[in-house]
Amino acid sequence: MERVANPPPVQYFLSTLTEVTNLPKPTIAGAYLLAFILFSSAPLAKAQTPPPAPIVPPPNPPPRRGGFVPGQKRPPGDPVQIAHGKVLFGIDCRGCHGPDLRGGDLGGPNLLRSQVALSDQNGELIVPIIRGSRQNMGMPAIEMSDADALAVAAYVRSVIETIKGQGAPPEAGRPVPSILIGNASEGKAFFAAKCSACHSVDKDLSKIASRIPDPKRLQDAWLAGAARGEEEASRTAAISFPSGETVEGKLLHIDDFLVTIVLPDGSQRSFRRNGDSPQVVIHDPLEPHRALLSQYTDKDVHDVTAYLVTLK
Amino acid sequence: MKLNQILFASALLIAPSLIYAQGSGLNPADILKPLAGSWPTYSGDYSGKRYSALTQVNRSNVQHLTLAWMTQVTPGNGASTERRRRRGQQSAPLIVGGEGPGDLNLSSGTIKASVLEVDGTLYFTMPDNAWAVDARDGRELWHYFWKTKGGTHIGNRGVGMWHNYLFMETPDDYLVSLDAKTGKERWHRLIADVNNGYFSTPAPVVVGNHVLVGTGDDIDAPGFLDCFDPETGELQWKYYTVPMEKGDPGLDTWASLDAARHGGAQTWIPGAYDPETNLYIFGTGNPTPAFTNGTRGPGDNLYTSSLIALNVDTGKMAWYFQTSPHDMHDYDSAQTPVLVDAMFDGKMRKLALTASRNGYFFTLDRTTGEHLVTSRWGKFTNWAEGLNSFGGPKLNPEKNATVGGSLVSPGSDGTINWEPPAFSPETGLFYVAEHNTFSEFYLTDLDPRGSMGLGGKEEAEIAAVATYLTAIDYKTGNIVWRHPYYTDSGGGGGLLATAGGLVFAGDGAGSLVAHDASTGKPIWNTRIGYVSNPPQTYMLDGRQYVIAATGDTLWAFVMY
Repeated sequence: MERVANPPPVQYFLSTLTEVTNLPKPTIAGAYLLAFILFSSAPLAKAQTPPPAPIVPPPNPPPRRGGFVPGQKRPPGDPVQIAHGKVLFGIDCRGCHGPDLRGGDLGGPNLLRSQVALSDQNGELIVPIIRGSRQNMGMPAIEMSDADALAVAAYVRSVIETIKGQGAPPEAGRPVPSILIGNASEGKAFFAAKCSACHSVDKDLSKIASRIPDPKRLQDAWLAGAARGEEEASRTAAISFPSGETVEGKLLHIDDFLVTIVLPDGSQRSFRRNGDSPQVVIHDPLEPHRALLSQYTDKDVHDVTAYLVTLK
Repeated sequence: MKLNQILFASALLIAPSLIYAQGSGLNPADILKPLAGSWPTYSGDYSGKRYSALTQVNRSNVQHLTLAWMTQVTPGNGASTERRRRRGQQSAPLIVGGEGPGDLNLSSGTIKASVLEVDGTLYFTMPDNAWAVDARDGRELWHYFWKTKGGTHIGNRGVGMWHNYLFMETPDDYLVSLDAKTGKERWHRLIADVNNGYFSTPAPVVVGNHVLVGTGDDIDAPGFLDCFDPETGELQWKYYTVPMEKGDPGLDTWASLDAARHGGAQTWIPGAYDPETNLYIFGTGNPTPAFTNGTRGPGDNLYTSSLIALNVDTGKMAWYFQTSPHDMHDYDSAQTPVLVDAMFDGKMRKLALTASRNGYFFTLDRTTGEHLVTSRWGKFTNWAEGLNSFGGPKLNPEKNATVGGSLVSPGSDGTINWEPPAFSPETGLFYVAEHNTFSEFYLTDLDPRGSMGLGGKEEAEIAAVATYLTAIDYKTGNIVWRHPYYTDSGGGGGLLATAGGLVFAGDGAGSLVAHDASTGKPIWNTRIGYVSNPPQTYMLDGRQYVIAATGDTLWAFVMY
């Protein structure tokens, strides 16, 4: 699918503008331990944001959502009919189509991605199939009254309404397995070799697993170094002019034609850039985090996380 | 004959030709010409190069480009009229169509469309909305609004044109034909059922008397390309991009017919057209379910994430090339391919080039689909190991979404997404914005049947480590240069190359920038904001215009 919306421009950190191998550094991380605390309540992972759904507050009575199709509405179903249909589905359909309608042991197809079921409005597409119109495709005719067949169709539609954005299935109701599959002692060794130059489990990472109790969030956080957006606070730039004068400050903005910093007194200054003049050197404490991303094996990542979760 | 009679007679002779020049619309044969003064189809011409032969604006004078006009448009049912009234401006006609209840009435939006320029008029879109504006001053001529039934409103790539007719697709999956002069609707035709999750964003591409129409979908639905008659709206042919019947080619690359019929391969980006072979060459989207393969089986899942060449008259496939065999990361190959005639191994070849979302670049023979070059163009791309026997990258299954998490580059947004590349025959360089990101892919649905749609995984975007304007040598796939961007939005909404030795692109940091096409050096910028569509150019009254959109605003630049 398409990249969702235009990303907000996020500034990179550059260590030096002339050193090609160190060029564009990423955007997410935030480096300091402080950041860990900050984002423990704000998940690092940018959720798969749903597309900009054109949803306007519905008039009364609110029509029910049509499922995973943004902005779409369907007339509300009858709860009694749906409940009746659910019972009938359990008796007549579940064996082939599965208790969650996503296909069962006897080989029936997934009804939640069935184009017929998705298009059905009021049983007009589903009921004929229940009646046997697809026997040549292996779907037997089911003996049912009109009212019962319509109830089954209503139940199927009610489950379709619970399909999640971008076609993801309804919650299966099963817990997601733990991501902790690494080896903590090997992670400790990796940490000592690659991380301990900047980080200490007694100081900045003290009790990190208590501060970020969700192992998945902890893993995302240490990989990035900080929450998205936190990085801006940590970038500084030193700007050197041909005259020999140098100014330094927090980096607010940089592009090929302009650099803007915040001076120690809080005022902002912009400087026109013309190639390498003035020379801009950016200090980015998160650079080591980004440089490591292409170096890790997935086992390294899992091992380090397994180690960090012991720091409670 | 008296003098005034002579003048009158002359006027009669001249007037029709003036009217003709203003109102003849677009002869489809004109789209066959190399791109110069106008912009009559999505990519300018059919080749996908987005290369204009105009040279008035060039390397030596581009710093004199200045604002000609800017115009802000307001989508929705009447908000535009109201805004104009408040400003004391004359209101343009608002034409309302659509089958929806009219209760989804967005008053903001983003122009991601390519803008058509024909006869001094510009035509462009947002989802549910189309506008015609005067190419000389940006004045709104008409606004068409479609009342939607719903669907994903993520973007719209613009209109196609045939004589005086325009064609637009809608998020609730209609093809709407408008009268280009008045904006009045001629007819609309159903492309797909929005209840099946389809949403239609492409710009229709007109070839002769064919209107080529693709669509999109996230849930497990089959992709297809439709071909409509521009006059009547009748369906001429329909081509499914996945096997739909027993015996269909490619079925053996799926675990079952049911899997193939729900296999995706959507057609959501306009393709390129080769008049010599009469082939329309376009990319297809990811297989579905995207991140689990319980239903798909271990095969290549044809024709997902592929380039496909179809005969435009028959809708029959001439060749295909799969750029992401058995994709597991939502790496659509929905990038407009670039068709060039160029030297390869000492011979002139007819080539198709594509820098794919998965971080790999390909050079093919566009008449046969013969594979010539594969290279890894994403600097940190790490999901594949080696190539398969066809020259496609070989998936490393360890980089699929896993319970413990897999660190993958690029993230599912890809090294490039929909934003079109450009190619300059002068430099021989293929230009594309390169986004190097890392994501942690977690498998969250262990159901052996697999998940559905884009479900079953969580993706944590860890970092965007490097973004470039990148120039690629099509002969080798090697990177010739990379110009670094300062934000992960570098490249904006796509690229434009010109014979003036320039490449135009948004820099993702608030400017439209002109680069030296030979070196990538930025030599001009203007701070109009985040460029949301591909920059374009056209010639009018002896002046070369450069246009680009930022959100709801279209900007035009000229030299005086």
